Amino acid sequence: MTETLTRGRLLALAAVVVVAVGGTVAYLAHVHGQQADAKSATTTATSTDLAGYLAAPHLVFRNTALGDGYGQVAVTPLTNADGPRAVTPATCDRVYAQRGAAICLFATRGLVTSYKGQMLGADFQPTADLSLSGLPSRARISRDGTLTSTTTFVFGDSYANPGQFSTRTLISRSSGQVVADAEQYELLVDGRKITATDRNVWGVTFVDDDAFYATAASGGKTWLVKGSIADRRLVSVRGDVECPSLSPDGTKIAFKKHGDLPAGHWRLAVYDLASGKETVLAEERSVDDQVEWLDDKTVLYGLSRDTAGTATSDIWQVPADGSGSPSVLVHDAWSPAVIR
Amino acid sequence: MYVSVRDRPGQTESGAAPAARRVATTVVVLGLVSLFTDISSEMVNAVLPVYLTAEVGLSLVAYGLVDGVYQGVSGLVRLVGGFAGDRGEQPKLVAVIGYGVSALSRLAMFPAHGLTAILGVISADRLGKGLRTAPRDALIAANSDPANLGRSFGVHRALDTVGAAVGPIVAFGILALLPGSYRSVWVASFAAALIGVAVLVLLVPNRRTASGAKKPGIGALLKIATGRAMRKPVLAAALLGLFTVGDGFLYLSLQHRDDFAAQWFPLLYVGTNIAYLALAIPLGRLADRIGKPAVLIGGHVVLVAVYITAAVPVTGLAWTIVTLALLGTFYAATDGVLSALISRLIPEQGRGTGLAAAQTVQVFARFASSVAFGSLSVALGPARALTLVSVLLAIVIPVAAWLLATRTPVEAV
Repeated sequence: MTETLTRGRLLALAAVVVVAVGGTVAYLAHVHGQQADAKSATTTATSTDLAGYLAAPHLVFRNTALGDGYGQVAVTPLTNADGPRAVTPATCDRVYAQRGAAICLFATRGLVTSYKGQMLGADFQPTADLSLSGLPSRARISRDGTLTSTTTFVFGDSYANPGQFSTRTLISRSSGQVVADAEQYELLVDGRKITATDRNVWGVTFVDDDAFYATAASGGKTWLVKGSIADRRLVSVRGDVECPSLSPDGTKIAFKKHGDLPAGHWRLAVYDLASGKETVLAEERSVDDQVEWLDDKTVLYGLSRDTAGTATSDIWQVPADGSGSPSVLVHDAWSPAVIR
Repeated sequence: MYVSVRDRPGQTESGAAPAARRVATTVVVLGLVSLFTDISSEMVNAVLPVYLTAEVGLSLVAYGLVDGVYQGVSGLVRLVGGFAGDRGEQPKLVAVIGYGVSALSRLAMFPAHGLTAILGVISADRLGKGLRTAPRDALIAANSDPANLGRSFGVHRALDTVGAAVGPIVAFGILALLPGSYRSVWVASFAAALIGVAVLVLLVPNRRTASGAKKPGIGALLKIATGRAMRKPVLAAALLGLFTVGDGFLYLSLQHRDDFAAQWFPLLYVGTNIAYLALAIPLGRLADRIGKPAVLIGGHVVLVAVYITAAVPVTGLAWTIVTLALLGTFYAATDGVLSALISRLIPEQGRGTGLAAAQTVQVFARFASSVAFGSLSVALGPARALTLVSVLLAIVIPVAAWLLATRTPVEAV
């Protein structure tokens, strides 16, 4: 290589670097500007009447409106769910609440992303820390607020490991004390004991102080299981059920169903515990969320929305009997919890 | 770093004191190519789980299940890459295509929605990686002094690891600055990959590997890849690979044992990488001095220690750190060293094919091992399964050592 050729090539490389770095910086600045515009032009009204909202039936959710309160837990009254929201001091990736208590899962992003879980009191200030081992996925609190459940994704590495994901589902007291690692429970499917280590359990929904429903998976199959903390046992109820959610009256379970859809797609369905009847809901888009019941007739779930290069999400509602059509309940929101 | 520039790497002379030698410019440049490319791919890998679950609304379940399949495809493409580089006598061209495919896959992240599209994009990246690895290692070998091969591969792998560490920092920095703007991450990732490709295209000499008038035929290349010189080391690599448990299982075992490890799961990678980064060059130099087989075997002895430290029912941070440091040492003693060892055994015109064959055999052996270990830990539990594997590995190591010791050096220079 001659010296002039080398110099030419170095100059060409310098040009590529300048274009690549300059282009990236310009793009980032552009997005920054857009986000600033979106922030100033935001139509999301806020309210300062948090105490007033909390006194009446209300919705607790993660605020995904771009702006100051992004990622913070917000509250709106059920009577005006998409109206002005009161933003709380808590920042969570996943939130769930019952009256007077909330559970908050969040990732601290940095050189190394770490994950934390906290119990929040009535004022949305932390009251206890929870053990959390991976990417927050699901969170629930029992109706009386004494038990909590978290599901996180724990990763294997990317080197030739088949089925490298794993979930971890912990049930804890509201003090943070761990009661159970659901994957250590005995798993009975149609009376047969499953011992494979690829067992995963996720998406707990509480019935009472002892019983709960959840998803169990092994060998590529999923089941709705009914669990008992006292018996340390999970018993299968039916197949192809993920992320169950028990209706307020305790008669129905809403869940996501994979069926014969392509990988990573689910339809929402409702299972009637008494009759065993399954009803597929009118939402035709794929939903990957543990749904929440607005009342005994309507379910809520989050769906992402991509606008101007920034992803946000909305909380949708659809009738639980398969009729009607989905509609947005709250814009720029995620991870709903209904408190009546 | 004690890497200095040396224009014309010695190709023939050997026997001079290794300490006096320096790593060739081209090897450092190839290391920089890998550094930028790794920044690019690790940026995406770091944010992908969050992106898929929180923003696209997909489940990681499907992602994890399908990912294993692409590893197999990547192994086959690796063979194609090594072979094409040798056959066309232009490993650089094949490497450029491999790096280019990965770079272009970043742009495809923009329109990609839904699991299938995103998996397609990720697999394109993996295919690019499979394609480029063997011809790139052949280029490293071709541009290195044979007496210096271990150090050359050490320098390359160290730079590669730096990129892997920087990528996630950049990605999370961008997301901290611009919440939710994954597109900004894709843009920056593409820019880093573009710089990597530009460095490769512009600064790596387009060195034709063979001086002969005749292109090596398929038969001749196959003969080299399966030839006498290759058989024993590849068999040794396969044997050792069969008892190499994937990191994921190891990390999960640590995590099941030790709740502290569970909480800081992501740190496990960092711990391993720090040890790898710190030791890649020293162990490469050691391999040049005392012989590659010795370091390769030593690395697997360390791996036995990794399994034992992971299996013993002792919890605590210090113990976990020891395990990770040992795991990083294992990688530093084996990853680049195997390539260096294979490179010395094969004549230059068939090097890409030979390297690809050895690496593919190793990938498949480890893949088989992961599947087998999965069932083993079902039957015995993780700790006992690890103990059993450590015993088996300890039995196999002397056999591998014998296979490596009785090699016939072909590179008569």
